[in-house]
Amino acid sequence: MIGLADLALLPWVVALPLGGAVLSFVLRTRAPFVGLVTALATAAAGLLLAAQVLAAGVQRHLVGGWGAPLGIDLQADGLSALMVAMTAVVGLGVSVYGSAYFAGGNEDTAHQRAYFWPLWLLLWTALNALFVTADAFNAYVTLELLGLSAVALVALAATPAALTGAMRYLLVGLLGSLLYLLGVGLLYGAAATLDLQQLAQAPLSGRVAAVALAAITAGLVLKTALFPFHFWLPPAHASAPAPVSAVLSALVVKASFYLLLRFWFFVAPELASAVLTTGLGLLGAAAVLWGGLRALTAERLKLVVAYSTVAQIGYLFLVFPLGLGQPEGFTAWGGAALLVLAHATAKAAMFLSAGVILKAAAHDGVSGIDGTAQALPVTIFAFALAGVSLIGLPPTGGFAAKWLLLNSALASGQWWWALVLIAGSLLAAAYTFRVLAHAFTRLPGDPPPCVRSRRLEWSALALAATALALGFVATDVLELLRVGAPVQGPVLMERAP
Amino acid sequence: MSAVLAYGLAGAALIAIGLYALIVRRHLLRKILAMNVVGNGVFLVLVALAKRSAVPDPVPHAMVLTGIVVAVSATALALALAVRVRDATGQATLDERRGTAAEAGRGRDAPG
Repeated sequence: MIGLADLALLPWVVALPLGGAVLSFVLRTRAPFVGLVTALATAAAGLLLAAQVLAAGVQRHLVGGWGAPLGIDLQADGLSALMVAMTAVVGLGVSVYGSAYFAGGNEDTAHQRAYFWPLWLLLWTALNALFVTADAFNAYVTLELLGLSAVALVALAATPAALTGAMRYLLVGLLGSLLYLLGVGLLYGAAATLDLQQLAQAPLSGRVAAVALAAITAGLVLKTALFPFHFWLPPAHASAPAPVSAVLSALVVKASFYLLLRFWFFVAPELASAVLTTGLGLLGAAAVLWGGLRALTAERLKLVVAYSTVAQIGYLFLVFPLGLGQPEGFTAWGGAALLVLAHATAKAAMFLSAGVILKAAAHDGVSGIDGTAQALPVTIFAFALAGVSLIGLPPTGGFAAKWLLLNSALASGQWWWALVLIAGSLLAAAYTFRVLAHAFTRLPGDPPPCVRSRRLEWSALALAATALALGFVATDVLELLRVGAPVQGPVLMERAP
Repeated sequence: MSAVLAYGLAGAALIAIGLYALIVRRHLLRKILAMNVVGNGVFLVLVALAKRSAVPDPVPHAMVLTGIVVAVSATALALALAVRVRDATGQATLDERRGTAAEAGRGRDAPG
């Protein structure tokens, strides 16, 4: 494409959704229209940014022309660009879904429709800003913006469960951000800069830097809902309106995980010890097993999907023992990045289809969806397709991601992590088929009557299909990830003799 | 250096006190106050960091100012949400067992 390298896209991926959020708040009656147009523009800018980084390498923008350390810079390397592109794809799907989900005449949905768009676009702004910021303190501000808009979105449901879920989410999120702020402050005390690139070049050692990274890690692990700090996630994610649940599970938890990667792989890999990497890996393994078991026994459909998120977050943390400090860590790095993308698309599709299913179901329990496969074939297909990616069956994106992680575990001689991957996949298969078995249970008589909306059903299916398609474009994704990657090595490792 | 150390230790103590109250206290208003105590502890540590040189470093000051703005808006949201929680569940705590018991009609009378 001509001139792609000259476009200053970085400020636009933040400015577009921010402008849309303000506009949709002012023009309340036209909010869905403004929201959809903004979503299209933001998604286009995000995907263009990914293409630009792939074609022209790492992008950096000095906001206001100031430059670090005085100003705040925006920067996009391969990882940032992938995250922005993921947000673009999932965000577009959720926006189309949201435009139909909150349609309707009564007062509650009118209220939700009016406030969903400004809050959701603000959340999108915070996500994009967090992914492209090059400043550790600016990341704190975006983290808080993200947390506050996410809490307000959960509270949109206005049920007692949603309100208490939102309250717990807010308190945990605030504590996490404050711990992160403490860590960033101490890091500034140790290195006298907040710019992530300058921090990476500064020699970080000694007790202050170690305590700073410990505080940052504690805060971000709390916000990422790693076992055993996952207690706040299922009530918040399961009680929110369907498009909000999708965004929270698919994107918001990835934001704090992204910052963890940023700090450990880019800023301070020299501070990582075997205790830290193994510890995070063990917590991840516990999350995979516990989340999977709870998903298998959960009573309500949306709780099944929410606990599945707890389990899938666990997989992501295997990147620390498999990739951090490993000479050829790219296999694990690529596997984790692919899993972030595959989980984002598949989990968004799963929550969106759960929203459609629950509109038709007898009650919100798993047994309440008996017979829905007859009434909603497209939606059940989307749910199943998303489940296939979560399990990690070929040829989905989930398969490609788990294949890389498995290869990395076996080739680097850490076979015990492979057991975790396999056990987690079995559990994922079990809880997916448990839901599908109920959906395909034939009820006597005609299928239950339900409101069918093409836009709801097909946006969920499109996201599920994206999770499937990721398996076919995995090599392109990995090529983008190579831009400015902190670890090197071949895509697939040879087993050491 | 001793003044810096005193402020830093006071900040750490505030963080510890706030964290304790956040976990132990059940009333939402107390939890929100505890969160603010943690926040002020963090701010105090940052201000102490700024004072290590003869001329105070303005960067941590700017961070604290931004942090205060964020804390004010977060507290406002938390208070509004706490009011909604109390209106919806009849109690200003996050205790779910009592909430579900009350919904099922088996609940004891909630004290206070």
